[in-house]
Amino acid sequence: MSDETTTGAAPRLSVRLARRLGGLSDRAIAWLFVGPTVFLLLAINIFPLIWTIRLSLTNYRANRANADVKWVGLRNYERILTDPDIWNSMQATAHFLIWTLALQVLIGFGLAYLINKKFKGDNFWTTVIVLPMMLSPAVVGNFWTFLYQPQIGLFNYGVAFLTGADPSSFTMIGDVDLAPWAIVIVDTWMWTPFVMLICLAGLRSIPDSIYEAAECDRASKWRQFWTITVPMALPFLMLAVLFRGIENFKMFDLVVQLTGGGPGSVTELTSITLKREAFEKWRTGYASAYAVILFVVVFGLASIYVKALNKVKER
Amino acid sequence: MKSTHLALTATTAIAVAFAAPGAASAEDLTLCWASWDPANALVELSKDFEKQSGHSMNFEFVPWTNFTDRMLNELNSGGQLCDLMIGDSQWIGGAAENGHYIKLNDFFDANGIKMDDFIDATVTGYSEWPKNTPNYWALPAFGDVVGWTYRKDWFERPELQAEFKEKYDRDLAPPATFAELKDIAAFFQDREIDGTTVYGASIYTERGSEGITMGAMDVLYSFGFQYQNPDKPYDMEGYVNSPGAIAGLEYYKELYDCCTPPGSSNGYMSEGIDAFKSGQVAMQMNFAFTWPGFENDANVGGGKTGYFVNPAGPDGDQFAQLGGQGISVVAYSEKQDAALEYIKWFAQPEVQAQWWKMGGYSCLKAVTLAPDFPSSQPYAQTFLDSMAVVKDFWAEPSYAILLQDTQKRFHDYVVAGNGTAEEALNGLVRDWTETFEDDGKL
Repeated sequence: MSDETTTGAAPRLSVRLARRLGGLSDRAIAWLFVGPTVFLLLAINIFPLIWTIRLSLTNYRANRANADVKWVGLRNYERILTDPDIWNSMQATAHFLIWTLALQVLIGFGLAYLINKKFKGDNFWTTVIVLPMMLSPAVVGNFWTFLYQPQIGLFNYGVAFLTGADPSSFTMIGDVDLAPWAIVIVDTWMWTPFVMLICLAGLRSIPDSIYEAAECDRASKWRQFWTITVPMALPFLMLAVLFRGIENFKMFDLVVQLTGGGPGSVTELTSITLKREAFEKWRTGYASAYAVILFVVVFGLASIYVKALNKVKER
Repeated sequence: MKSTHLALTATTAIAVAFAAPGAASAEDLTLCWASWDPANALVELSKDFEKQSGHSMNFEFVPWTNFTDRMLNELNSGGQLCDLMIGDSQWIGGAAENGHYIKLNDFFDANGIKMDDFIDATVTGYSEWPKNTPNYWALPAFGDVVGWTYRKDWFERPELQAEFKEKYDRDLAPPATFAELKDIAAFFQDREIDGTTVYGASIYTERGSEGITMGAMDVLYSFGFQYQNPDKPYDMEGYVNSPGAIAGLEYYKELYDCCTPPGSSNGYMSEGIDAFKSGQVAMQMNFAFTWPGFENDANVGGGKTGYFVNPAGPDGDQFAQLGGQGISVVAYSEKQDAALEYIKWFAQPEVQAQWWKMGGYSCLKAVTLAPDFPSSQPYAQTFLDSMAVVKDFWAEPSYAILLQDTQKRFHDYVVAGNGTAEEALNGLVRDWTETFEDDGKL
């Protein structure tokens, strides 16, 4: 009964819809389907961006609803670009980005290369290696804070065992010179497995026949590595760098938990500075200007990188 | 102006409605505060209010690390979660000017609640805006101040007393000056006691919220630091960066470098409690709210802990950093009548006496000036003496900017070792000047 009703109703509906749409142009039909998506895109992405740009030109503070909002022009931008603290924060972020990417690519690719050589228990070791990235960054930060404790921390004892130093004689997260490295170490520990997994996918996508052909041509292992393995895994490696670069540029929770941006401001990354300005100091206009500057920087760098990635893929 | 008039009218109407017997119906009230021991005591205390009033009480407690963010977000967004708010003392200026709290003057007058009945410093610190004017936005709820605890049992050891006397030519006793405090801290640093290495003192060094500011200011006041020229508001040059203030900040760094446990570069209240309870340090800087917890602790309770007021500076000046909070009625609450009823109940002397007994620091003079108060707890006299010498951080609407700038400058110098104390304080004058210029006050 119901089947009869539905099968009968559906063709009638589609015929009616087709007749009604028949009066519409192709362009109008296209807009009918694309319109809702465009509207959502404007509402969720474009409008906030325009609103942020507008706020960046004012002295608006979100916690002072009763205060007058004044148009300050480019003053916020000028203040940011001439503030040495902001440049220090950019420098800290660049240090963190460069070193974490370099270490994660090297170690991640190395691990993937080893795991790719089939051996007994390789699946087990893969699971063990990826465990850190399954943890919450806040938990990892807390966990490593204990490991770095000079009096009870295993990390300090490990270093002391290897170097003969007194474990209480150095403090990883309280020392200006060591703190940036402390966060690099933790991020590398946590996210190298991610790079390893992507590289492993790349390595496993290389057909064995290419290596067999190289063997026939008597190419050495070293030559096979540089002329087959690396070029064919490169797009995957670049993709991993893109993902990790974007993630680490906005790194927040791990660093806050580990050092709180200190000592002083030596590990205060741009995301932490932005949060402080926007939600601790409540300088909304100033923070908006900072966000716009960061957006331009990230957008510019990402565009260049993606262009390079596409070129590598085309090769 | 118009909104002030409206607020006054509304407050008066509320007060009149509240005064009428039987006018209020049973409500579900929510009180927002930080998540800590005193809050648990308040839950117990409030059961009495529930019985008497017929209202039920719900509590929204947030850990200290997120307290300011969470609650200021709530207020700034006009949220109706909280009917009553026990907010930090620094929030008063912003909360008053932005209309987050209702003004309580008419309500106090209508119900015979006199601010003279409360410890003067707590009225200024927790209730008034503008400061030193009779405009009240909160009832002093929880008196708190930074003071010190020490290991009385270690200090009393004959062998340590003898060694200390020989080295410093005076008795090993709670320090009266900061110079003495550093000597004692240095004496205990890296010392082995009962087979464990112990350290001199635990002090505030936290970077993220307000920790190092609360700690360093506790010292700077007694060395001569002043927020502004007493005769010319917001004139800070020569006051914030006076020679005394520079010496105070240098002292704080020296104390951090010489006499704190390794790795204490980001510690605040809970880290201090842990260091003291675990027997790591001989002395500990912390807010008075922590003291009741030590009395019942297995490691440091039972008479092993002593208390002393923040010591005096080189010229004999003695001040201490004010903590604590007042209780306010949130302007966005739809249950303001019932919330005011709670404040009226809470202000009663018998409730305040019970509050003190349960571990809450009452600000009511009838409680704190009672003859048996000093002997009621081992720390009661120290609390009284400390509250007599308090100073507080800026309570300006822009306090958060002023505070974050201070955090950065102090941590940069004390913990990271960048620059000099003079550079740090000169930088602070520049930061604060810029903020007050932005606010149109300079």
